[in-house]
Amino acid sequence: MADTATLMPYDEALERFEPVLGLETHVELGTESKMFCGCPTTFGAPPNTHVCPVCLALPGSLPVANEKAIESTIRIGLALNCTIASWCRFARKNYFYPDMPKNYQISQYDEPLCTDGYLDVEVDGRTIRVEIERVHLEEDTGKSTHVGGATGRIHGADYSIVDYNRAGIPLVEIVTKPIAGTDRLAPEVARAYVTELREVMRSLGVSDVRMEQGSMRCDVNVSLMPRGSSEWGTRTETKNVNSLRSVERAVRGEIERQAAILADGGRIIQETRHFHEDTGQTTSGRSKEEAQDYRYFPEPDLLPIAPDPEWVETLRAALPELPSVRRKRLQREWGVSDLDMEAMHNADAIDLVEATVSAGAPPADARKWWMGELARRANESATPLADLPITPEQVARVTALVASGALNDKLARQVLEGVLAGEGGPDEVVERRGLRIVNDEGELAALIDQVLADNADAAEKVRGGKIAAVGALVGGVMKASRGKADAGRARELILQKLGVEE
Amino acid sequence: MSAITRDEVAHLARLSRLALADDELDHFAAQLDQIVGAVARVSEVAADDIPPSSHALPLTNVFRPDELRPSLTPQEALSGAPAVEEDRFRVPRILGEEA
Repeated sequence: MADTATLMPYDEALERFEPVLGLETHVELGTESKMFCGCPTTFGAPPNTHVCPVCLALPGSLPVANEKAIESTIRIGLALNCTIASWCRFARKNYFYPDMPKNYQISQYDEPLCTDGYLDVEVDGRTIRVEIERVHLEEDTGKSTHVGGATGRIHGADYSIVDYNRAGIPLVEIVTKPIAGTDRLAPEVARAYVTELREVMRSLGVSDVRMEQGSMRCDVNVSLMPRGSSEWGTRTETKNVNSLRSVERAVRGEIERQAAILADGGRIIQETRHFHEDTGQTTSGRSKEEAQDYRYFPEPDLLPIAPDPEWVETLRAALPELPSVRRKRLQREWGVSDLDMEAMHNADAIDLVEATVSAGAPPADARKWWMGELARRANESATPLADLPITPEQVARVTALVASGALNDKLARQVLEGVLAGEGGPDEVVERRGLRIVNDEGELAALIDQVLADNADAAEKVRGGKIAAVGALVGGVMKASRGKADAGRARELILQKLGVEE
Repeated sequence: MSAITRDEVAHLARLSRLALADDELDHFAAQLDQIVGAVARVSEVAADDIPPSSHALPLTNVFRPDELRPSLTPQEALSGAPAVEEDRFRVPRILGEEA
């Protein structure tokens, strides 16, 4: 149904309008048990096996808050430079929809646990401070599957079936203040923010933050105002944005759509929109203008939370090194440029390179393989780098084999290919594929004699002082050895045989 | 005048999936009416200088440790469901056709 929206090309849209962003990110906490009961939180269990009277809202059951979830939320707030409330309450958010068996969601309303923080992100060499409005704790909803109808969507479905395994998993919502002044970098800023937030969560160890599994989800608010105006436009909220790339595309797509409407004299409707991975476009969802009243009120079944300031300070003191600080430290240690560091960051390669360095590889080598051959293969198979079936230890072993002269780069690439193909660790692949460099001087000398005989012209040139021509001869030796010769040693021997000194 | 009508009790009963007989509807309508009336008396004494309270006890920070407790089996969990399909709760159509 299409609202097949008219779009204004991005550059033109940005000449005429300035975007203002807002991001709401939901993060499922990686606690053992749910927020208010002892059911497990693991992903992918058979339907309705992680449910109990509390998360099914059976009569007479009462919720009790998970201490670890409260602690994790406070730690997130501290990592995002927030103020931690000295006293706050849960609230009931009432709505009639079968994804929560209670007919309400336990959330926080006007008393969030953490407020007024910020997160700095780097885009294009610029540091942009994204201000955080609030961080609050709530419970996740169940998963509905819509049956019947053409599209599997809720519209036109005959009925729905619901699995409550996810209902009650602790969910932290992190809301930014409006982000103005990003100008044409808006899509990149949105992506950089979500990327940085994900890394903060990882460093805190509070969530596995897997966007493809829904343990981190993002709603993207975008509005446009004419250039020079100071009055913000009407915003839309795009849901269902489930990858970093999609965050960027959703912002860009929404800017292009809104710009076309505004330029045509139309008005933006404040509404929820759905993001479509395939087209990068959004379509209209329910309109906020008819939004329901959630009738929030303090949750009577749960007591207020009043974090002991001493506890909060203990948690603050125990925060891990935050990702941006760590990146600066690693950049210094590895001696790489800002640009290289940003490239590694964007490729999600920093942890991998660091682990490879820890396993004994020189930083330059670790970076070369992860950002070169391995990034290329990950890209080809559309796999996240970290999901490639090779460990940092194995990459470190390959660099060690190259450093010892047992492999050259070409053979090393074949070893990596073998490891990725599941043929075993680097040493096994070397053994099975027979990839060791020809180190036997006699064998190498025989190859060289053959190549010199076959390329008399080139040999003559080198003899006559044109040392540059030696490249062709070394190439010949490499070819004759099918890549297994040590090119450096071959060069030495060729020059020696031809009686030339460099 | 009664604050709670018999029709409202019938409506609540339907939302709560409680099958109430006719005499029960009358019975609960009268009881609920008394309860609402009793609670309404609070507004007679509430003055501007009295902050609204949400909890009767002066307790805070009642937490549970992050430990697993046994869940129900799907059979137990679904035993009270009006309809079940593929081990999931089957619910009527949520939204109509798109306008």
